[in-house]
Amino acid sequence: MYVAVKGGDAAISAAHAWLAQRRRGDEALPELSPAQIEEQLGLAVDRVMAEGSCHDRGLAALAIKQARGDLIEAAFLLRAYRNTLSRFAACEPLDTGAMRVQRRISATYKDLPGGQVLGPTFDYTHRLLDFALAAEGLPPAEPEEAEAASATMPRVTELLAREGLMSRDIAGGNETPPDLTREPLPFPTPRPLRLQSLARGDEGFLLGLGYSTQRGYGNAHPFVAELRMGEVEIMLAPSELGFAVSIGDITVTECQMVNQFAGSAHNPPQFTRGYGLAMGHGERRAMAMALVDRALMATEMGEEATAPAQDAEFVLLHADNVEATGFVEHLKLPHHVDFQSELEKLRSIRARWQADRDANPLAEAAALEATI
Amino acid sequence: MNAITPRNAPENAYNFAYLDEATKRMIRRAILKAIAIPGHQIPFGAREMPLPYGWGTGGIQVTAAILGPRDVLKVIDQGADDTTNAVSIRRFFARVANVQTTTRTAEATIIQTRHRIPERPLTEGQVMVFQVPMPEPLFKLEPRLAETRRLHALGDYSLAQVKLYEDIAKQGESGSSYNHPVMVGGRYLMSPSPIPGFDNPKLHNSPALMLFGAGREKKIYAVPPYTSVESLDFEDHPFRPMRAPQHCSACGSATSYLDEIIADDQGGRIFVCSDTDHCAETQGL
Repeated sequence: MYVAVKGGDAAISAAHAWLAQRRRGDEALPELSPAQIEEQLGLAVDRVMAEGSCHDRGLAALAIKQARGDLIEAAFLLRAYRNTLSRFAACEPLDTGAMRVQRRISATYKDLPGGQVLGPTFDYTHRLLDFALAAEGLPPAEPEEAEAASATMPRVTELLAREGLMSRDIAGGNETPPDLTREPLPFPTPRPLRLQSLARGDEGFLLGLGYSTQRGYGNAHPFVAELRMGEVEIMLAPSELGFAVSIGDITVTECQMVNQFAGSAHNPPQFTRGYGLAMGHGERRAMAMALVDRALMATEMGEEATAPAQDAEFVLLHADNVEATGFVEHLKLPHHVDFQSELEKLRSIRARWQADRDANPLAEAAALEATI
Repeated sequence: MNAITPRNAPENAYNFAYLDEATKRMIRRAILKAIAIPGHQIPFGAREMPLPYGWGTGGIQVTAAILGPRDVLKVIDQGADDTTNAVSIRRFFARVANVQTTTRTAEATIIQTRHRIPERPLTEGQVMVFQVPMPEPLFKLEPRLAETRRLHALGDYSLAQVKLYEDIAKQGESGSSYNHPVMVGGRYLMSPSPIPGFDNPKLHNSPALMLFGAGREKKIYAVPPYTSVESLDFEDHPFRPMRAPQHCSACGSATSYLDEIIADDQGGRIFVCSDTDHCAETQGL
């Protein structure tokens, strides 16, 4: 009996062997390769890279395979791996203005320099199950190729800023940016750390918070000034070189969200921006992040901060799904020592309660009367 | 806590005890600061570990930072060496640090624990490493860290005192049975981690060093040897450690903390020591 509540070496090994078997599934079917996941479940890979804070499509695909498609578990695997890598430098700020755009839309202008580019999007698809996909082997229709836009596309927010209608973000100095993965979050939290935290935050949590700001919890009136996705160059300036060199391209999704601002004694009424950036193709994440980023500026802008999305401690300390899932799931661990002390405490309190009742039956009758 | 030779690492992909040396140094600095200010929570750059948050990552990082090749490690969960998470963490260090492990409290130089302090009195030179879920003792009364930091700075613990007063006024005794807050060195209110109140007195003037690691919350704190640790109470309602008023059905102990085991579906139950090493020792095993 006593032994039954204890786990042991053998039980753990057997459980892990069973897990490996479940992962493989029916051996009559071909095994999935990480390369297939990388190519055919690319958006899952992108989400795992973002929440795992590590840009490596191959490793993210491997993590998804290992996690049996549980994307939070996959992000955790990638985080734990990332953590063992040494940090040797920070790259130059990404120039998303020079992005080689695959998709770029603005909701605030009908047309604009550079044009609207729909790109590979679910938007405007009819969400009808495509049974043709169930039959394998059919090649997809070849997309028509438009002439690649040669000119870089100016940012919409910059167009507004030139007119003074949009506040400018203050450019960071040359100091090394703070790193959320090396230092604990301070409160109040400077914006670079807020953005880092949101960039790796759980997509569902960000989505719900962003949504809440649209529904009156945070008083947002947002417009998508611009959403763009494509490749950007990573520039790194090694200290021994003294100038920046390109070390490769990555795909990112960027969202600039425009919000009204009533103005204050120091600042005229103008638009303000919320910013979202996601590794890979992650529009929902980038947009939700931009909404929450703007909501978190409430205090700095002298707005009344009453909604959950405007509360930095609430948002930033609960956005990380690796932390959240660990703590929620730790409730599976044995707690019988604590529970035992709760049992004894409850027995003690109940005994006192009963003794009081027995000693004073009139009070009991009065209490009964009061509840009627 | 001896010199580290990374070449000892059994799995070449990782440094001795998993963490890289720069990270260990960062954690050791936090530990030293924590020892210098008993009971005060020191923020540290907690890393993702290959075990989940909430499963002991704070304790694991503290252990990894202080572990040397000649240390003897004991890991317990709920007082027992053979509970699944204790097995898992012991396996982890056996794998990444190749250190000697033990189930004997007397033999261990480092004891990582979740929810218990061993029954056997600790000795000088031993280090207890506690896994801590919520390091802030006031979090249920004030969830905002910016505010609790201010309250600690002012030594303003009226929230906790009023809560205790209300508990006593309503139900005749304190409402907390485990994780009952303690005053350390007469200055800082501290969460002893979710140990049962029964274990709180063992923290007081202990010859061993007590280190507390909270990974998800990114805090380390400490109780140095021979430091006063008083459970929060009132003069007329002194703190009362509790245990099940039974004898252990295995070793007969009437003083150790007991687990209650449901023996059948007729309401039958037996009680056995939560501390498996203590129970085995008492039985002369």
